[in-house]
Amino acid sequence: MNDLPILSLSIWVPIVAGILVLCTGSDKNASSARWLALLGSIAGFAVTVPLYLGFDMQYGGFQFVERLTWIPAFNIDYHLGVDGIAVPLILLTSFTTVIVVIAGWEVIQKRVAQYMASFLIMSGIMIGVFAALDAILYYIFWEAMLIPMFLVIGVWGGPNRVYATIKFFLYTLLGSLLMLVAFIYLYHQSGTFEIAEYYRMPLALNVQIWIFIAFFLAFAVKIPMWPVHTWLPDAHVEAPTGGSVVLAAIALKLGGYSFLRFAMPITPDAAHYLSGFMITLSLIAVVYIALVALVQKDMKKLIAYSSISHMGFVTLGFFLFNPLGMEGAMVQMISHGFISSAMFLCVGVLYDRMHSRQIADYGGVANSMPIFTAFVVLFAMANSGLPGTSGFVGEFMVILGSIQVNFWYAFLAATTLITGAAYTLWMIKRVYYGEVANPQVAALKDINRREFFILGLLAILVLGFGIYPQPITEMTHATVNQLLDHLALSKLPPL
Amino acid sequence: MTVQSLYIWIPLLPLFAAAVVGLFGRKLSRASAHWLTILGVAAAFALSVCVFMDALQGNVFNGAVYTWLTSGGNSFEVGFLVDRLTATMMVVVTFVSLMVHIYTIGYMAEDPGYSRFFSYISLFTFSMLMLVMSNNFMQLFFGWEAVGLVSYLLIGFWFKRPTAVYANLKAFLVNRVGDFGFLLGIGMVLYYLGSLDYATAFSAAPQFANTQVELIPGHSWSLMTVICILLFIGAMGKSAQVPLHVWLPDSMEGPTPISALIHAATMVTAGIFMVARMSPLYELSTTALSFVLVIGAITALFMGFLGIIQHDIKRVVAYSTLSQLGYMTVALGVSAYSVAIFHLMTHAFFKALLFLGAGSVIMGMHHDQDMRNMGGLRKYMPVTWITSLIGSLALIGTPLFSGFYSKDSIIEAVSFSHIPGSGFAYFAVLAGVFVTAFYSFRMYFLVFHGKEKWMQAAEHDHHHDDAHDEHHHGLGPHDKPHESPWVVTVPLVLLAIPSVMIGYVVIDPMVFGDYFKGVIHIDYAQHGAMHELAHHFHGAWAMAVHGLTSLPFILAASGVVLAWFFYMKRPDIPAAIQARCGLIYRILDNKYGFDSFNEKFLAGGSRLLGSKLWQIGDVKLIDGLLVNGSARLVGLVAGLARRLQTGLVYHYAFAMIIGAFLLLTVFMKI
Repeated sequence: MNDLPILSLSIWVPIVAGILVLCTGSDKNASSARWLALLGSIAGFAVTVPLYLGFDMQYGGFQFVERLTWIPAFNIDYHLGVDGIAVPLILLTSFTTVIVVIAGWEVIQKRVAQYMASFLIMSGIMIGVFAALDAILYYIFWEAMLIPMFLVIGVWGGPNRVYATIKFFLYTLLGSLLMLVAFIYLYHQSGTFEIAEYYRMPLALNVQIWIFIAFFLAFAVKIPMWPVHTWLPDAHVEAPTGGSVVLAAIALKLGGYSFLRFAMPITPDAAHYLSGFMITLSLIAVVYIALVALVQKDMKKLIAYSSISHMGFVTLGFFLFNPLGMEGAMVQMISHGFISSAMFLCVGVLYDRMHSRQIADYGGVANSMPIFTAFVVLFAMANSGLPGTSGFVGEFMVILGSIQVNFWYAFLAATTLITGAAYTLWMIKRVYYGEVANPQVAALKDINRREFFILGLLAILVLGFGIYPQPITEMTHATVNQLLDHLALSKLPPL
Repeated sequence: MTVQSLYIWIPLLPLFAAAVVGLFGRKLSRASAHWLTILGVAAAFALSVCVFMDALQGNVFNGAVYTWLTSGGNSFEVGFLVDRLTATMMVVVTFVSLMVHIYTIGYMAEDPGYSRFFSYISLFTFSMLMLVMSNNFMQLFFGWEAVGLVSYLLIGFWFKRPTAVYANLKAFLVNRVGDFGFLLGIGMVLYYLGSLDYATAFSAAPQFANTQVELIPGHSWSLMTVICILLFIGAMGKSAQVPLHVWLPDSMEGPTPISALIHAATMVTAGIFMVARMSPLYELSTTALSFVLVIGAITALFMGFLGIIQHDIKRVVAYSTLSQLGYMTVALGVSAYSVAIFHLMTHAFFKALLFLGAGSVIMGMHHDQDMRNMGGLRKYMPVTWITSLIGSLALIGTPLFSGFYSKDSIIEAVSFSHIPGSGFAYFAVLAGVFVTAFYSFRMYFLVFHGKEKWMQAAEHDHHHDDAHDEHHHGLGPHDKPHESPWVVTVPLVLLAIPSVMIGYVVIDPMVFGDYFKGVIHIDYAQHGAMHELAHHFHGAWAMAVHGLTSLPFILAASGVVLAWFFYMKRPDIPAAIQARCGLIYRILDNKYGFDSFNEKFLAGGSRLLGSKLWQIGDVKLIDGLLVNGSARLVGLVAGLARRLQTGLVYHYAFAMIIGAFLLLTVFMKI
């Protein structure tokens, strides 16, 4: 088992499956495209499971390492490996792909093969981002991920999709280019693209700050942090449900993960130096964006803003430089993957039936869709951070971690208890409760078996990790401790 | 099998019942829905009694069930602390819950959400048990928010009604404001005291008695004061203390059984329980105790006033609950923790009784809740009448009734206290006695005595509540009120018994004995009220005899007499007063303006701020200026760059030379 290149399989199985799905061609073979995609996604998930089973929790370094020379002239290697930060995110990615395939089952009727293939290929690429240990390999995966996402929004998206895709593309591309510049500088200094080598390399503070800023722009756009977040609501609104799910559940985590993989360990002194700035931006996201979410009229926009606000906890947790904060941020990323997927799927369920995302078009949905409403209320509570759901764990840890740094950080972060509940439950009240608003709502049919299955699966995960989050943090302990030890050491060159 | 192995089943049995009924409610018959949940709660009650007996032997259990999370050297556990305080709460919670389960069979008989309701109240029992049985702050917070969730679900049980779904959102959000403070308090406990485990945190606390923290540079506060006030903010939300009380009156939108269980007997007392549990922390800060005392006193008196002008029978009981919660908080403030728990217990019985009695009246009146349409019901609903009378007598503190012992002890304790605010509190609790007696017997006389007003009210546009469906709008012209079925009256009788007896029986051991030894810590040197109180206590009988001539009883009696005079003898007087004192009436009618302030400034303000931040921050500044602005900038630069493409070779050559020169300079330096 250990001899198998598990990481390569995790990356290439979904990509190959995606190419096979593409081969089914036109919509005449839609059914075989669907089944093939389902098989491919399940196989893609299955090959990532050994990452969890075979993971050595005591070891904080890279495991499952694979290394092949790729472009010897520039010392670029096909170099893969994972640690306790990457594995949970890889599992989240391969799992979400299965959900997305099932969620698009009969909803997508046009260009089915291409739709399914996009998600499978995207899944492999994103796992590549999480697994790459070579800067160029990482960069290629990072940029390649944009293409299928661009297609998903551009082809299956809503009426304003062109504006949304261009905004999305430009925003992320702009950030990424500066990251490439940083990589080239680092290569110039060290002669290698091996990330681990960058960790050891001494760098002067002003150099570190420039590199950090280059990384920051790339990752902050992805997360997204205030004020480079405005692409996300537009992208979500125009994206099909599956696109929104992948965007929220995984794409945003690429940014969070990359802070831990690059910006912080490569430039630890700059990270400390700029931590006040990072925390300020994170808290603005938590407080400001939550208020903005409150007044949204479009359900998807509301959830998109809620995502930004929740991701504020991730960056806040990172820059506290304590284990509670950092592990809390990790838990928050995983949990947000489940909860935001579920929230977007729920909007998708309504959108498929009513073709509207406007809160004002609904009212009293609970009357015609009681089972669905039970799920929605559960996920809404998770989104509001109710204890017993996974949504609570990360926020709780980050708030406890931030109080150890500064009481007022915790004070501002904890306002999410009020604002998070306010925007989520106010939407629930207007959409689901009350008398039936109009004949269309009265005619709504409750969720079918397929929808029940995916929402049920997510509900089990949300509750399961709320009641017992230890499996997530257990994986991250060794890596987070090692990272924090590393961050505590200065990398400034000796004078 | 040891008692310890039973603990886990006490919360789990109601949880299983709730899960089964909740998940398969559609496939189960109504009878199996109620039998399953009643069995679960009854078993929990029986086991709680076993645990209680065991705790009476002096056995204490403190242990973990499983490790929820570890992070950075902190271990968060789910575990139980079972001592006499816990055991008392467990018995009270499961008993009242069992009564409410049985009562619900009658009350919700016609409701389409029958099994959903049973599932919720069983889930509530589970959450409340997890809250009281916790041995650490984390699990306390779990239970704390979980009961809030069930309260949200149950207030909005009739989700079609706009008032109900407004009330449940409001309840959840106001509670979240409290939880905001509570969570920060928990964070401070973990940071300074080093653990969320009660025992560890409490034993570490005394070392920090004189620690100062500077939250705002230049202002230092005692750490313990900060922690205790933050935790108490949580209690203010859950136990509905001013100014976080606003959700409780609106919570009456929920079905009456849950008003009795959640919004009177158990959940709202969680804050009282929490402070009593944290007595080792609160004893370290007289400032925090003074804060608790003053908030409690304000709630006790001013919420009582509001009970006077209500017409909805449930709202009268709701305001009386607020006021009684204020009494319990006052008791905490003067370090009379055992008295607070004692009043919590007696109140749980007689207030559940009063609520369920009110529910029985509402059923008899075919879901009309307006007291102006009632009157003379004693002839038609004898059991409800007698049990409600017992409840009212207990509430106003008639000697020998349970409420007398607990409430009089609170008043006495306040009179012996010397901490800042105790003078005001003493006045408030004394005045509160009169007010309580007045509104309680106003309700009693309006409902059970006097003219039978439902006849002329048949045409009236009722304020009806609890409407199961469109057919129930109060009594029709030829209907008469009727006594409720046995499933309703039996719980009333079973609750009436402890409402009368429990005070006489337990005051000596519970308040003055060493019942709470090792559980509640009092710094007698600083907060000596309990010491004085014990000194003046000479047995339950002597207390009752002495009570007959004491000031509180005279005040209560005059309240009853005044209510009789106003509402039985001269009903024109209240109307005249209302007309004369228009301003005071308006203030009371607006509930001191808390609701409109919150609605206008807090809710409205947040919405306004949110839309401004969105429209100006996101749309105009970021998107308009930065994003689209940079797009324009790119256009501009491209326009300039286009001019560089002159097509003249010597221009290009010149640029190349300059470029090469610049590059060389840069690289030479490095």
